[in-house]
Amino acid sequence: MSALLEIRDLSVSYGKVEAVRNVSLEIDEGQIVTIIGANGAGKTTMLAALMGLLPSQGRVSYQGRTLDDVDVEDRVAAGLCLVPERRELFADMSVEDNILLGGYTYRHNKALMRESFEIVYDRFPRLRERRRQVVGTLSGGERQMLAIGRALMARPRLLMLDEPSLGLAPLIVREIFRIIASLRDLGVSILLVEQNARAALETADVGYVLETGEFSLSGKASDLLHDPRVAETYLGGHT
Amino acid sequence: MDFQIAAFLAVDGIANGAIYVLIALGTVLIFSVTRVLFVPFGDIAAFSALTLAMIQLGRLPGTVLLLVLLASIALALELVSLARHRKWRAMPWAVLYYGILPTLPALAAWLLLGATLAVGWQMLLALALVLPIAPLLDRIAFRPLADASVLVLLIVSVAVHFAISGLALLFFGPEGFRTEPLTRAMFDIGGIPVGAQTVLMVAAAAAFSGLLYLYFETTISGKALRATASNRVGARIVGIRPGRTGTFAYLLASLLGGVSGLLIGPVTTLYYDSGFLIGLKAFVGAVMGGLTSYPLTALGAVVIGLLESYASFFSSQLKETLVFASLIPILIWRSVSSLQVEEEEEDIS
Ligand SMILES: Nc1ncnc2c1ncn2[C@@H]1O[C@H](COP(=O)(O)OP(=O)(O)OP(=O)(O)O)[C@@H](O)[C@H]1O
Ligand SMILES: [Mg+2]
Repeated sequence: MSALLEIRDLSVSYGKVEAVRNVSLEIDEGQIVTIIGANGAGKTTMLAALMGLLPSQGRVSYQGRTLDDVDVEDRVAAGLCLVPERRELFADMSVEDNILLGGYTYRHNKALMRESFEIVYDRFPRLRERRRQVVGTLSGGERQMLAIGRALMARPRLLMLDEPSLGLAPLIVREIFRIIASLRDLGVSILLVEQNARAALETADVGYVLETGEFSLSGKASDLLHDPRVAETYLGGHT
Repeated sequence: MDFQIAAFLAVDGIANGAIYVLIALGTVLIFSVTRVLFVPFGDIAAFSALTLAMIQLGRLPGTVLLLVLLASIALALELVSLARHRKWRAMPWAVLYYGILPTLPALAAWLLLGATLAVGWQMLLALALVLPIAPLLDRIAFRPLADASVLVLLIVSVAVHFAISGLALLFFGPEGFRTEPLTRAMFDIGGIPVGAQTVLMVAAAAAFSGLLYLYFETTISGKALRATASNRVGARIVGIRPGRTGTFAYLLASLLGGVSGLLIGPVTTLYYDSGFLIGLKAFVGAVMGGLTSYPLTALGAVVIGLLESYASFFSSQLKETLVFASLIPILIWRSVSSLQVEEEEEDIS
């Protein structure tokens, strides 16, 4: 069986600067894979390239087909979705409209729309309460939930999350990771980029460590969690 | 100035304002979705009136030639870009959208040449001939520059305006035209004579503003347009194509512009270059809304209409000067209020 997403020798450059160099990675159906790394390691760059927002070199295939010449919008329609680091919500629109637009690719299927709304609202009851509120007035945690909710609305097969715990209080971080783990039940595979290495490795099956654009380590997440090299740099030294 | 004159000028100003409302809303619509300040938008309004005048004179409007020309260029560009990305399956659609659909009205105009049509049908034909112009110009001039800065887009936009008004001179000649009015009826409202055409103008502006509002608030395609205006990256990652919503914004705006042209055609003599000034005044109104707020834009456009009307009573030579001078207090007010907005935004992030 071929992997859901297969990346071979992916490189991404900003002009002359190569931010990501020759990385290879595989995600199987139903897997949670995490990429951890310091600030500026190239995590966001890599996700943007996988989404088609940045040009890249190398081979990327999704569901067995190459993604060359497939634009962002068609990737979304094929179930490849991104929760970007900057969230990119529609700030002057309501919570409900933001979620609604998550389902833009199948907008003519009203029944599926209703079903997806229920899936999102069941996972994020807070969003249901605030559905009429303008997004610009949401709290940071609520925005983060909305960004994930909007991406879920697109009915992803592979969801890429860029630092979902960014700037959130510990209690909400735990809640967000619980929800991420529960997405597996929906048949969603996940590529999770995180600064919060411990929580990410506890949630994921497989982990990769990105250092200045290259993978320096990879392996089962539970092994990485106990790897002294990871512990020292990313888990704050003590385990 | 007694009450009678003041009221008369008010009616006149509101009628002008109604026209500016339609054009200003279109300007804001195009700007917010595509970031292009579409300078030739006033020309679109003038084109629809002049095209109607040609149809009523039994001549083939130059718009037909313009459409065929623009559609050929746009189709060629689209096919080349599809070929470069090896998207062969999209080609038949490109031929339909860029080749066939925009030239259908041209074909209709050519076939109907010399036929006697009711005024309503003539108007519909003129409108259909004008609608594809802006979307095609978008494909030719602006889509290749999708990531350029607002300033670059504005410069291109000015260039497109000069090209378009040059062509208008070629097509329509230097003389002015007036179209047949739909109605010549007059009402008497509290002693002030009000033409039915004026009522029509105000009603059309109100109706189209209302429809636009409903479209934005209740349809998913309208919300996709707002989403594109709000956050382009956000729109793309939910599968909305900014290029396509842009085309739609141009079409919708052209409808507003075209209708306003049809409405002023009978009451003002229009020349090949009249559109620019109309577009510029509507723009002053749109600036009041900061090029983002539709209600404020509509309000601003009505104010400009009234200002123009009263200014022309006090000094007809200075009326344009007064209208454009009003930009200064508007800009001061805008910059003061936008400073506050920026501070608020900093608090949030
Ligand atoms: N638009 C850009 N132009 C030039 N360089 C860029 C651009 N965006 C990012 N970079 C550089 O590329 C490198 C990788 O950035 P990236 O945002 O991918 O890091 P990251 O791993 O996501 O970091 P963080 O954890 O801080 O979000 C950084 O050195 C950054 O300065
Ligand atoms: Mg990042």
